[in-house]
Amino acid sequence: MEILQHLFDGFLIAFQPLNIGLVVLGVIVGLFIGAMPGLGSVNGVAILVPMTFLVPPTSAIIFLAAIYYGAMYGGAISSIMLGIPGASTAVATTFDGRPLALKGLADKALVAAAVASFFGGTLSVILFTGFAPPLAAVALSFGDQEIFALMLLAFATFVGLSGDDIPKTIFSIAIGLVLSTVGFDIISGEPRLVLFEISGFLSQINFLVLAIGIYGIGEMLWTIEVSRGNSMMSKAVITVDRMLANMKEVMGTWKIATTSSLLGYFVGILPAAGATPGSLMAYGVAKMTHKNGENFGKGEVAGVVAPEAANNAASTGSMLPMLTLGIPGSPTTAILLGAMVIWGITPGPTLFIDEPELVWGLTASLYVANFFALLANIFLIPVFLWVLRMPFTILAPVIFALSIIGGYAATQRLHDVWLMLVFGVVGYLLRKLDYPLAPAVLAIVLGPIAEQKLRQSLIISDGDLTTFVTRPISGTITVIAIFLILMPVFKMIRDRLRRGTDSAA
Amino acid sequence: MRRAEITTAVLLAAFSIYLMWKSAELPIGWLPEEGPGGGAFPFWLAVIMLGSCIWIIVNWFRRSSPPSQSSEPFMDNYAVKRFALVGGGVTAMIGLIHILGVFGSLPLFLIYYIRFLGRHSWATTLAIALSAPVVVFFFFDVALRIIMPKGYLEPLFLPLYDIFL
Repeated sequence: MEILQHLFDGFLIAFQPLNIGLVVLGVIVGLFIGAMPGLGSVNGVAILVPMTFLVPPTSAIIFLAAIYYGAMYGGAISSIMLGIPGASTAVATTFDGRPLALKGLADKALVAAAVASFFGGTLSVILFTGFAPPLAAVALSFGDQEIFALMLLAFATFVGLSGDDIPKTIFSIAIGLVLSTVGFDIISGEPRLVLFEISGFLSQINFLVLAIGIYGIGEMLWTIEVSRGNSMMSKAVITVDRMLANMKEVMGTWKIATTSSLLGYFVGILPAAGATPGSLMAYGVAKMTHKNGENFGKGEVAGVVAPEAANNAASTGSMLPMLTLGIPGSPTTAILLGAMVIWGITPGPTLFIDEPELVWGLTASLYVANFFALLANIFLIPVFLWVLRMPFTILAPVIFALSIIGGYAATQRLHDVWLMLVFGVVGYLLRKLDYPLAPAVLAIVLGPIAEQKLRQSLIISDGDLTTFVTRPISGTITVIAIFLILMPVFKMIRDRLRRGTDSAA
Repeated sequence: MRRAEITTAVLLAAFSIYLMWKSAELPIGWLPEEGPGGGAFPFWLAVIMLGSCIWIIVNWFRRSSPPSQSSEPFMDNYAVKRFALVGGGVTAMIGLIHILGVFGSLPLFLIYYIRFLGRHSWATTLAIALSAPVVVFFFFDVALRIIMPKGYLEPLFLPLYDIFL
């Protein structure tokens, strides 16, 4: 019952006028960001972090989380209306949402997406409320070794589970970690890695420089190249009668919505997976288990419900390790985590003791955000349809300008703005060659803590590396991490053996 | 695409070696009483970077990664032109901040992009290009007290400082 008391206190914080206003604003901004092709939650949150310096940290994180949520709802709008996913998290929504829209049933798809998102979001926040405090309590006993092992696990999930090119994934993690060490040695304070003897590198590279560079400038360059042709927008007929009939049909898919939410939630907890694979997996599972599975892809409501419930559940899931362990579950939560450090808050299990207002205010605000996102999504659909007509040649320069000015505001050094441009351009070129960039962003956020924990562990154990394996919790985590890292090798051996037997036969 | 893949991998490998050499300016071994030296963490990570680059290069020779099999150009004419126009515009905007400050270079950039790349009407262009700096000034300079760089236009802002700051 203690949890309910905390949650009640959290609602009191979430309902403060400033916070409720920010939730509503955040949800609407998020819906817009999610709906615009080329912008997803991670882009919106990265670009808008500098704007949150205006309000206290609790309100700021409530605002950013509302954007995250809104973007998950909004992604569906362009998936359905334009057939272009508004964000990578809504890719699976196009599979059935687009056919529905082409049949003249866009309103049904939009309602299904909104209701499913609400369902997935709310169910996962309830799970979050139940899981987070006990997990944080366990995590409080973690020492340096355990925390380092967890970080190793976070990086290992990228190598083992993300499905990207393996050497390129490892490269991305390593360069992110190296960039986090630029400036000075955290223990001795001596200058370190002052690249090309440029004095700007005498201080640390702020993670926002990399995040805005990649997700603001790089993403825009990418979208400009990819979105060459103009797209056709479907028409949506919206009347009260049809709305009610649609609601009824969507309610019938609650089983799919429940399994998808649970799946999305647990996939969302893993750092390398997240809302995108979560929604694709939920779509796959729904297609296999649903009685009309063979109609998936031709315009089945359940095919919209599954990915939309899952992607919202996954975004809540990714907050669980961020708040309880200090390990982000997605690129977006990595940016939230980095932002907390800027605001002077130490992420990790001690948050539940030191910053109960932030933790519970945020949790309660997620319930509120879901509610407002549902309302906004249903009642503002005409507005978003109008906004979607906004030409990219107006949106793109505004995003570039926001990135540059926001990037300057974060550190107030022009050196960092130039660096941001370099990261944006290099990130864009590397992305064309299939280098995954999310691991680098996660790595630059976790880098300073990872190095500190590693060095402290080694000092305690007097240089004995077995310290990570001999302690029960860190040992278990390390073994899982090593297994994940080696997984591609196992796969390679298996493929080779199979090929061997094939050629022998 | 194939050529871009190998060029990038070699450049990144060279950068990794540079980072290794640079990390080695601090002790990279074990210091008695102090634990690992300050350069150890980045040094070994740079070694991992180099290792992955070599792996990427090996994959290139074996043609086992998608970009090393692709015969498509890395960037076609459209992509190169867009990249030059947009990237050049952004670079020029940041460069001009040094001279004209944010409030000079921001409207110029918006006019360049919206009017000349986007071919929108002058009315739309000017509405956005002239309102953006005002919003930025009141949000950052006034509300957040984060003073945006003004370059040589600084004197023009002194009266505004007197009123709002």
